[in-house]
Amino acid sequence: MYPASFAYHAPRSVEEAIALLAEHGDEAKLLAGGHSLLPTMKLRLAQPGHLIDLAGVAGLQGIREEGQRIVIGALTTHDELASSSLIRAKLTALAEAAAVVGDPQVRNRGTLGGSAAHADPNADEPVALVALEAVLVMVGPKGRREVPAVQFFEDIFTTALGADEVLTEIVVPVTSGKLASAYKKLPHPASGFVVVSCAAVLEGDGQRLQAARLGMGGLGGAPVRAAAAEARLAGQAPSEATLAAAAALVSEGTDPADDLYASAAYKRAVAQVYARQALTAAAERLRA
Amino acid sequence: MAGNNSIAPVDIRFTVNGQEHQASVEPRLLLVHYLRENLRLTGTHVGCDTSQCGACTVLLNGQAVKSCTLLAVQANGANVTTIEGLEKDGQLSAVQEGFWEKHGLQCGFCTPGMIMAAEYLLSRNPKPTEVEIRQALEGNLCRCTGYVNIVAAVQYAAEKMGGAHVSR
Repeated sequence: MYPASFAYHAPRSVEEAIALLAEHGDEAKLLAGGHSLLPTMKLRLAQPGHLIDLAGVAGLQGIREEGQRIVIGALTTHDELASSSLIRAKLTALAEAAAVVGDPQVRNRGTLGGSAAHADPNADEPVALVALEAVLVMVGPKGRREVPAVQFFEDIFTTALGADEVLTEIVVPVTSGKLASAYKKLPHPASGFVVVSCAAVLEGDGQRLQAARLGMGGLGGAPVRAAAAEARLAGQAPSEATLAAAAALVSEGTDPADDLYASAAYKRAVAQVYARQALTAAAERLRA
Repeated sequence: MAGNNSIAPVDIRFTVNGQEHQASVEPRLLLVHYLRENLRLTGTHVGCDTSQCGACTVLLNGQAVKSCTLLAVQANGANVTTIEGLEKDGQLSAVQEGFWEKHGLQCGFCTPGMIMAAEYLLSRNPKPTEVEIRQALEGNLCRCTGYVNIVAAVQYAAEKMGGAHVSR
């Protein structure tokens, strides 16, 4: 299968990429790892007239720690995230989500920024970004802006990223206190995409949780925070019973869609199982 | 814009199996088609053509990638290794030998991709467990073997490569 014809552009800077977007408007698409866009183009579901390849753009690569935050370049691949000792230690849920995207070949090419911008409702990393309260940084003709993940992911394949903007960085705050996280997923047996998943982030110590944040995937068009479960955990000791009681609340207020593999009722039920697994893993790490 | 014939070709230059190539390609040309049709390296197979089956796996700068999901222009400046690049002076690589010795194939269609994925695994993890081998081959589908002999082939290669280490 060949994609439809397009003109290829290889800018060297974010400014150049923005200028190309401005010049070609709706006809242009940004190319990162290409593991969502190219399959879509091969199926002719997308037929952009201009492809702007970000691979050679300076400043979109790499993972670095800057004081109380970790800054991840948008072109960081899933494999780089999953293998990074910094991400594994401090943003474990994100490393675990990256490690179960697609397969090894896909993880070598697909990027965090690409996954975020594509916003597949059954993707892994957006769920972790929402739970970790990541901020997505984008640059456009009007300058730079930052949008929290929970607002960035608006709906199925829909984000706050403007058509004239480039997603450049994902910034994740890390507190000086103790923080542990985990990601658990029920994969679709054929595609490997998320049926339901949970990213759990716990702050505190083995005795008492200061705060808990839960991101849920597969329960809507975009990842959601499980507010009722989070409230149930705040200030509590992370006992097995408390974690289970909180996990039982994660589907509250959600309205997942039925699909050929899983009914909405099943997704709401099984989400609680994966939330409990994620909470248990995160609590074990908090105690360690 | 679709079907427009006035698209400017793009000049690319890369190394395939140690040999440098320069070409002027249509931007939409996929790497797998460049390898098969322009270079006649037909060992890299097109299976599903939807990034699932892994028959088109090659190494790009040492990393396993699916060449059906990569534009040739994205490989500009890179070092590509295909199944044809593994044998050295008539000697099969340890992984190729493993597939031969352990009969890690039936129809053989998935084999080049399986071997490239296994080469990549062993370059990162010379002593993989069975679970790690199976995980590393998650992006490669075989519809004949049931995978048992494929895993045995990779284990054979790991042992052979490790054995060479020890004896040195």
